[in-house]
Amino acid sequence: MRIVTTRRISQAFFFTLFFWFCIVSTVGDKIWQLRGWPVDLFLWLDPLAAIGTALTTHTLYRPLLWALATIVLTIIFGRFFCGWLCPFGAIHQFVGYLANRKKTTAQKISLNKYRKAQSIKYFILIVLLFMAAFPSIAATLQTGLLDPIPLVSRSFNLLLLPIFDRSVNFVSVSARFYEGAWLIMALCLTAVLLNLVIPRFYCRFVCPLGALFGVISRFAVWRIGRRQGDCTDCTDCGLCEKSCEGGCEPRGKMRISECVLCFNCLDDCRGDLVSYQTTSSYAGEITNPDVSRRGFVISLASGVLAVPAIRLSNKIGANWDHRVIRPPGSLAEPEFLKRCIKCGQCMRVCPTNVIQPGGLYGGLENLWTPILNNRIGSSGCQLNCTACGQVCPTSAIRPITLDEKLGRGSFADAGPIKIGAAFFDRNRCLPWAMDKPCIVCEENCPVSPKAIYTQESFTTVRDGVLTVRKAADNFTEVEVEQTLIPGKFATGDYYCALARPSTGGLAPNNRVKIAANTESSIELSADRNIENIPAPGARIEIQVRLQKPYVDIEKCIGCGICEHECPVSGKKAIRISAVGETRSADRKLLLEPG
Amino acid sequence: MTEHNNMELPRRQFLSRAAKAGISIVAAGAISYALYDREGPVPGVSAEDLVTLPDFSIPPEDGRTISIVTGSDRTKTVGRAIELLGGLGRFVRKGQTVAIKPNVAFASPPMLGATANPGLVAEVVRLCYAAGAKQVLVTDNPINDPASCFTLSGIAKAATAAGAKVILPKDSLFRYTTLAGGKLIRNWPVYFGPFSKADRLIGISPIKHHHRSGASMTMKNWYGLLGGRRNVFHQDINTIIAELAMMAKPTLVILDGTDVMMTNGPTGGSVSDLKRKNTLIASTDMVAADSFGCSLLDLRPSDLPYLSKAHQAGAGTTDYESLKPKRAKIS
Repeated sequence: MRIVTTRRISQAFFFTLFFWFCIVSTVGDKIWQLRGWPVDLFLWLDPLAAIGTALTTHTLYRPLLWALATIVLTIIFGRFFCGWLCPFGAIHQFVGYLANRKKTTAQKISLNKYRKAQSIKYFILIVLLFMAAFPSIAATLQTGLLDPIPLVSRSFNLLLLPIFDRSVNFVSVSARFYEGAWLIMALCLTAVLLNLVIPRFYCRFVCPLGALFGVISRFAVWRIGRRQGDCTDCTDCGLCEKSCEGGCEPRGKMRISECVLCFNCLDDCRGDLVSYQTTSSYAGEITNPDVSRRGFVISLASGVLAVPAIRLSNKIGANWDHRVIRPPGSLAEPEFLKRCIKCGQCMRVCPTNVIQPGGLYGGLENLWTPILNNRIGSSGCQLNCTACGQVCPTSAIRPITLDEKLGRGSFADAGPIKIGAAFFDRNRCLPWAMDKPCIVCEENCPVSPKAIYTQESFTTVRDGVLTVRKAADNFTEVEVEQTLIPGKFATGDYYCALARPSTGGLAPNNRVKIAANTESSIELSADRNIENIPAPGARIEIQVRLQKPYVDIEKCIGCGICEHECPVSGKKAIRISAVGETRSADRKLLLEPG
Repeated sequence: MTEHNNMELPRRQFLSRAAKAGISIVAAGAISYALYDREGPVPGVSAEDLVTLPDFSIPPEDGRTISIVTGSDRTKTVGRAIELLGGLGRFVRKGQTVAIKPNVAFASPPMLGATANPGLVAEVVRLCYAAGAKQVLVTDNPINDPASCFTLSGIAKAATAAGAKVILPKDSLFRYTTLAGGKLIRNWPVYFGPFSKADRLIGISPIKHHHRSGASMTMKNWYGLLGGRRNVFHQDINTIIAELAMMAKPTLVILDGTDVMMTNGPTGGSVSDLKRKNTLIASTDMVAADSFGCSLLDLRPSDLPYLSKAHQAGAGTTDYESLKPKRAKIS
């Protein structure tokens, strides 16, 4: 078998595997659901995630040790990951092939030549890594913005899957939504469509992971090059550069750091003069990436300065945005931002779809990090669920147990994890603002005892002060002087309040539930205990019984189910804010008990 | 001649172009005519798109309307309760499709009793197949995430193991309905798909405390038939529950008072919210079932206005003793 065929099979295999992992990132125990599938495999294998988090945290989180395998193999074989494994690279190579397949050989050779701009990706890498490395007090991990593995993960999981699953509802019963997914699409689509200009545009000019591989492949034991000794046979036809995916100039001085090991040159050379060998190319080679000292210093300085510049917004300090509600188990904000690679796995796996890609409102660093938006999805953060932390590849969201989340067992003393607290908007709440019974929030509060409780009150309705014309002897019916809307007070929530004969004032416990009403009379429930029967001309009042809801802030865990279920849509009448969240001491709201 | 030839070509070109132009004009006119809308858009749902849930009830039999069985083992009490009404053969015929609507509202484990007991659901599925049912469908439109509710409640697993088909509420399974004589259920999305295919409908619900309405039992269970932003109906909870009892016409309801959620309902969340009452009710009259069932929550029927509303609307009777309930005890 030709080596390029083997490479294509490998690319197709890993792309299919990647796509399969996208589908199975669904909570459940069926064969096509999460079970034990290693859905983070590509992220674990990603050295940029490993090195990035190692720089910010000075540790290497357990599963990221897989990246060591990638690094070791790259040191031995070169950039095999780009040419053989990367699912994003496979897309670029395929689209680039489709776009340029009808061009002439001369055009193709010209298309695939080396360009000076290919060094841009190294500058991007330097900026991102120095943002992560310095200064140690304000390190931020932004590699995920352009790292191809998180990029392709979130693009497939938060974009393609929801779009295509909409019509079939195979992966999810109801359609899934991701706020601001258009921006994710814009980046992904731009990257893919740039293949129409130059094949593997993203890989050649932008990809920071490719740049990282370019740096560590300089010592590669095996490398592509011209065979020793028979260079006189080379007719300089240029066919070896016709389909060169990396733009690494195998004809002349081989640029090792640019070579993505596509092996097309090997396949295309008529004279069999190119080989994958342990010796350097006979025509000479350039092992180092094309990065000037000036360029290096400028990128380094940009990276170092970028973090304090971003932090001037004070978005992780006192100016934090109330919408930035992190999933349960998330580390405190500064630590969280040192680890989150914006891969979107938590947003994909969340069974309720409440975890959303963050927007710029939380600052530049918030972009595409997980945010709970209780207005989207099938319910807020589900009580008996810890899926997000289980799939987080970098432990920005820790893999907590249910006991830890709910404060049970050995975590009983610590209490449940709070991700925020619910606040009533009494100007919008039906019982508070409009004297309408509701308490859907109370009904759905999953905590026991409920964090939302009510206090009963009776409020006289508008135009509810009535004059008795005639009351039946047993007071099962009372005729009034005023005109009523028939049936309006028949819901079981309205009461007729009677005045005390002695004072004329309303007696607090002297109420009878209304069973029905016509235009001129009110039928009263037989089930009551009243002090007196009103005489003609006496005043009675129609009152609505309200259960006014309150949040017990000590019990509220911020799950947001109340906000999700609140019938006041658009802007809910109860909303979660991340204040009081367990993970950060500086957002504490309540004093420690006793 | 040369001049004539020179004229010939432009003329031909002109005729050909004129023909194409003519066809284009006719096509544009025809499309405009076909799409022409004189009235403009009419808001709302058109009457032709409305559906009505089928009537699944069976003819009543005197003295075999409601049964109350005490005992701790649901598989035994439910079997006995149905037997007292004439056995499931009275309700399910050979070859029929049975839809079971358990209460699967919350993503909560079975031990907390916020959802129908999975063992009870499985036993009813088994009885349906024993009575000759062709297929048993188990479905609900829960409050929390549907897939999670069915999984965590244990109902999906138990029902599937008993041979039932579990159906999750996809958007495409909803239609609009208007309840005749209804005040609230008008042009409202209703969970229709699975029920349109069924011949029989059985409701299974636990008895739960419910702060707004007083109690969640067999009638409140039909809230799961509503789609859309159904929470707005909590403003008039008694009317909506009564209308649900008018809209759903089940073959049989099973009210499970084995473990009753006395406090913190309807979500519960702690085993301390439950109290052992060891009672199970089977009934073809859900108003009667709930009127008895509320006594297990230490409530009287008059404490629940929706019961008298449903009674007045003809959905059943609150005076369950008049139906001469069949009683049995399983030790």
